[in-house]
Amino acid sequence: MMELTQSYSAPTPQAFRIAQLQRVQDFLFRAVTQFFALSVLIALLGIIISLFINAWPALHTFGPAFFFTQEWDIINGEFGGLIAIYGTVVTSLIALLIAVPLSFGIAVFLTELCPATLRRPLGTAVELLAAVPSIIYGMFGLFIFAPLFAEYIQPALAGTLGHIPGLGILFSGAFNGIGILCAGLILAMMILPFIASVMRDVFEIVPPVLKESAYGIGCTTWEVVKNVVLPYTKAGVIGGIMLGLGRALGETMAVTFVIGNAHRLSPSLFAPGTSIASTLANEFGEAEAGNHLSSLYALGLALFIITFIVLACAKWMLNSMEKKQGLKT
Amino acid sequence: MDAQQYGEKAGLKNMNNLSNIDPALFAKRKRANKLGLTLSMIAMVLGMVFLFWILGVLFYKGFSSLDLAIFTQSTPAPGSEGGGLANAIVGSLMLVGCCTLISTPIGVLAGLYLSEYGARSRIAATTRFVTDIMLSAPSIVIGLFIYALVVAQVRHFSGWAGTIALALIAIPVVVRTTENMLLLVPGSLREAAYALGTPKWKVAFKITLRAAQSGVMTGILLALARVSGETAPLLFTALNNQFFSTNMNAPMANLPVVIFQFAMSPYDNWVDLAWGGALLITIAVLGLNILARVVFREKVQG
Repeated sequence: MMELTQSYSAPTPQAFRIAQLQRVQDFLFRAVTQFFALSVLIALLGIIISLFINAWPALHTFGPAFFFTQEWDIINGEFGGLIAIYGTVVTSLIALLIAVPLSFGIAVFLTELCPATLRRPLGTAVELLAAVPSIIYGMFGLFIFAPLFAEYIQPALAGTLGHIPGLGILFSGAFNGIGILCAGLILAMMILPFIASVMRDVFEIVPPVLKESAYGIGCTTWEVVKNVVLPYTKAGVIGGIMLGLGRALGETMAVTFVIGNAHRLSPSLFAPGTSIASTLANEFGEAEAGNHLSSLYALGLALFIITFIVLACAKWMLNSMEKKQGLKT
Repeated sequence: MDAQQYGEKAGLKNMNNLSNIDPALFAKRKRANKLGLTLSMIAMVLGMVFLFWILGVLFYKGFSSLDLAIFTQSTPAPGSEGGGLANAIVGSLMLVGCCTLISTPIGVLAGLYLSEYGARSRIAATTRFVTDIMLSAPSIVIGLFIYALVVAQVRHFSGWAGTIALALIAIPVVVRTTENMLLLVPGSLREAAYALGTPKWKVAFKITLRAAQSGVMTGILLALARVSGETAPLLFTALNNQFFSTNMNAPMANLPVVIFQFAMSPYDNWVDLAWGGALLITIAVLGLNILARVVFREKVQG
């Protein structure tokens, strides 16, 4: 009896070796996995640093004014990013303006109205719409949507909104189809499913007790959405919108096909323009080393930093939403 | 957040006394409800119209240009008739295949770290945050980065550069799904293994990872779906190649860039080929997405 317990308490040299080996293996496992986890951080730093180094000649030559200068003269080597930045921001805002109410409607439908049997297939359909590659949206925009847009929607817009003093200038000019407004609309179609599925997910975490008690005192469905669901999920909804904005700002292919790719600043939304991403897609491959290439890097850097900030805000808000869900359960 | 507060906010103070119902207010509330719900339904219908419109056009145009030549011939020279997409299809498969080979181990190992050691670690929290942002980072900037890092250094475009760019996009997808799936594995399973004296790395590989196998597969499939349609990062890395080539060290034809160039071209047969390629890509991407869902659902049921 005594011998037995002793043989358990004092490990044999062999067991000791195994334990030591395992400790080394565990250490290695931790080190290796940590290294790969850190590689994502390293990639991020690498992106920022390499873009900055390559953008430095342009930033140094043109100074901060680079971001407020309209000039984009490849022949004379004068570069400014204003037109591309304007195009990026305006197309994204148009996209948000259209996509946010629509995706809110879709999310409300999927969480509050939809019959239970349809909920899953319709939800999947929205997610599949989000999965369609952006180049497909671009082709669809160029070949199908833009001609229809030029023939029906543009004249209609010019005929109605175009007559409003002040606002009318936005809807003036030739009916080409492709242009800033068209790019904004295609972008709206693209980010719509992203925002809708995030909104649906955050709507679903509202505790049923809250909704039921509102229904219990006689609220209509719309009142429940407006006064219970929306206030409860405010942070998540804004997070979802910003996620969509981040996507819209950085979208390349869908925009490149339909924005017209003209370095011109025009007050009209019908006019062709350019965005940061589409400028990069069109010119980067053929740019000569020097100020042109470096200016393109500077635009890329600006785009990356803007989207990073927008996405970081989105993530921060969605995280606070997740914490709320944690409290609930 | 009590419900009464919300009720009062909604103008329901009088509801406790039914005889006090104000018919005008009641009608107004019903109208608002109807309007809101109708608008919501219209939004849903519009969303579905977009989906079916896009898919309908794609299938119509794509199938009418799809024939055997697409799979057997290479991309045509400017102005010449016929031609196919064989080189682009093979190129895309190679790029995406290599990208999967690179991104799967890195993504799974990083995901393991986040789930097994990440609960209290600062590094893990930062990594998680950055990974989430990289999920939606503009892919064209990734292209610029790889151009500066690889193409500008070796002084020529190459399939490898394209693969690395795609891997940078795929890794965050794999990392995040792997982590989420591993966290779903019940702690008691890990504890049972620890109680037998299993070292941590063995628990991670042989217990946790195996239990979450199909979840990890889902992540890999989603990453594949994501990169198969990416165009922007390939524009300045893999570029394009008019001829059939399996040399990863040279510029490589790939479907997305071919579609981009052909769709913008003035030649009718090029545009037709672009539609054919677009159809192939969409089928691949949507198919992978649906497959990922099926794999995941089987896991939940089993």
